[in-house]
Amino acid sequence: MSVQSTTLIRPSRRFRGPGLPELWRYRELLYFLIWRDVKVRYKQTLLGAAWAILKPVFGMVIFSVIFGRLAEVPTDGVAGPVFYFTGLLPWLFFQDGVAKASNSLVVGRNLVTKVYFPRMVMPLAGVLGGAVDLGLAGVVLVGIMFAYRAPLSPAIWTLPLFLLVTLLIAVGVGLWLSALNVAYRDIAYVTPFLLQAWMYASPVAYSATLIPEGTGQLIYGLNPMAGVIQGFRWAVLGVGQPDPAMLGVSLAVASLVLLSGVAYFRAVERSFADVI
Amino acid sequence: MTTLAIRALNLGKRYRLGESPSGYRTLREGLASGVQRLLRRASIDRGDTLWAMRGVSFEVEVGKLLGIIGRNGAGKSTLLKILARVTEPTEGEAEIRGRVGSLLEVGTGFHPELTGRENIYLNGAILGMKRTEIERKFDEIVAFSEVEPFIDTPIKRYSSGMNLRLAFSVAAHLEPEILVVDEVLAVGDAEFQRKCLGKMSSVAQEGRTVVFVSHDMSAILRLTDEAIVLERGRIARRAPSAEAVEYYMASGMAEAGQRTWSEADPGLSASRPFRPLALRVLDGSERAATRVMGSEPFSVEFEYELEQDIQGLRVGVYLFTGRGEPVFTSFDTDNPVAYAELAVRRAGRYRSRCRIPGDLLNEGRFVLGVNASVFRVKSYFTEEHALSFAVDGTGAPGSQWAEPRRGPLRPALAWEIAEAVA
Repeated sequence: MSVQSTTLIRPSRRFRGPGLPELWRYRELLYFLIWRDVKVRYKQTLLGAAWAILKPVFGMVIFSVIFGRLAEVPTDGVAGPVFYFTGLLPWLFFQDGVAKASNSLVVGRNLVTKVYFPRMVMPLAGVLGGAVDLGLAGVVLVGIMFAYRAPLSPAIWTLPLFLLVTLLIAVGVGLWLSALNVAYRDIAYVTPFLLQAWMYASPVAYSATLIPEGTGQLIYGLNPMAGVIQGFRWAVLGVGQPDPAMLGVSLAVASLVLLSGVAYFRAVERSFADVI
Repeated sequence: MTTLAIRALNLGKRYRLGESPSGYRTLREGLASGVQRLLRRASIDRGDTLWAMRGVSFEVEVGKLLGIIGRNGAGKSTLLKILARVTEPTEGEAEIRGRVGSLLEVGTGFHPELTGRENIYLNGAILGMKRTEIERKFDEIVAFSEVEPFIDTPIKRYSSGMNLRLAFSVAAHLEPEILVVDEVLAVGDAEFQRKCLGKMSSVAQEGRTVVFVSHDMSAILRLTDEAIVLERGRIARRAPSAEAVEYYMASGMAEAGQRTWSEADPGLSASRPFRPLALRVLDGSERAATRVMGSEPFSVEFEYELEQDIQGLRVGVYLFTGRGEPVFTSFDTDNPVAYAELAVRRAGRYRSRCRIPGDLLNEGRFVLGVNASVFRVKSYFTEEHALSFAVDGTGAPGSQWAEPRRGPLRPALAWEIAEAVA
């Protein structure tokens, strides 16, 4: 027999690191969980992958009618549909990821109580599974931009950065909600409300440039999604460059959410199997 | 020097009451208790905790098969969960050499929409196998599971037996250094059970270590070398399996010739509308007895209550030897005439009683179990090891020779001795 590793089982300390080496060892499980979610979603639903496109398209149409036609909210000088669709892309990735992650442990209760693995892979898989939808919607975005002859921004190289931050915020919020959901099932009811309110607090259907300069922007930046969505749109369309101070606040809050999420999750994960 | 596969030292697990099995609280309760805690400061642990297991220390050498037996709630599952690292101990520590494969429940993570093939990969990954490893063993897994023709069918179309076979096959090919098994054998047909047992003993022969929890004493006896008896969260006994099983069968059971159930017993709510009340062994003079004469008839009586009418109910007893080997099963409606008359048993209080003839059982310890069920519809209540009693061999057939007789029975048979005519 090959080299045998010795595992020591003992009560863990109150504060632990994020456990990245172990997470890395379980990367294949992460992959398979994502693969399962994606596969099942596309198998079970009638329209399959089409939903990934239909969701932002519906959103775009609704915003175009309500915010564009009725309320006539300015869209930074680009065509409404392009503007809304670009904002919806990172937002839906975040929203679906958080919703999935938040339920991941409770839905996977069977796994949690029967098998050992780093618990973090479940909310992580929930968030990362949305990447496929994001990619599909991204292709549609290119098409819409062509149709409206919207030129690509020279700042496009910053796009991966904004995507990464969106992902990290989703992971941070997902870790918080999934861990809380284990102990308090109310979270399942809280999450949709939270996400709905959050969307209107983010520059999805309007531009962050509408917010007053100075303190107004700083306060707005406390919503970490404000900075990244505005930044995402700027990276793609080159309009509504985010206020650097606002973006800075958003990034700081984003890191805080992520770090606190990891810390909280690690502190309570030991009792998941007992409580869930 | 032999090497140890598992070394557990003083393991203990404390649950907050109400934490298990469904311990989640509403946010309101959580906030309320949080506020209370702030006000009262650190009175958290006062009285509302329960040690499911405490002070458990043991060692298992590499290549050994260790059985764990104990009543429900004795801490078996807690111990397994700790060894499988599903839950953390509250105190103590354990050292484990090598990968632990747990069959705490086979088929965890199976998704009904995915095909058999896809589920093999998914389940393998969940159990900690590398993808290359799964690919290498794929054909073997499929062959063992006997579901080859349906491997590309979604498993929601599988029968439960096929499902189980597939799940066990994946788990069995995990090849961990330590295999932790909990009651997988309670399901599946006899043929497949045999296959599983065979796989487990071959695992042990390959120099791996198996920890096996079961209620099936005969499986424990057949498979394991040694067993641990858990009683109320502590190790009551560790001995060679036969001895441990005997100890377990005799211990903890009512010694007064009577076993009673009260409303407060955990798990009884599941048996409603059937409510067990008492099980008794009655000697020739109708008194509850712990010891009966084998040469004389005695009775077994089961008292129970029906809260509603039940159609097709049968109530009966199992008899086991002190080592857990089944001797017989008998139901109160075995007689077709009685069964027809009692097609519907009305709500009320009943006593089902049967007479065990004299000169039937050998001397020794026996265990009675009870069952109330409707054939192929529902099993209301089962307790396999409910009451233990002893049979005295005085006056048994052949007692002119002071020698023990083999087997659980010692019937007086009608022999004829005649001179054979050539």
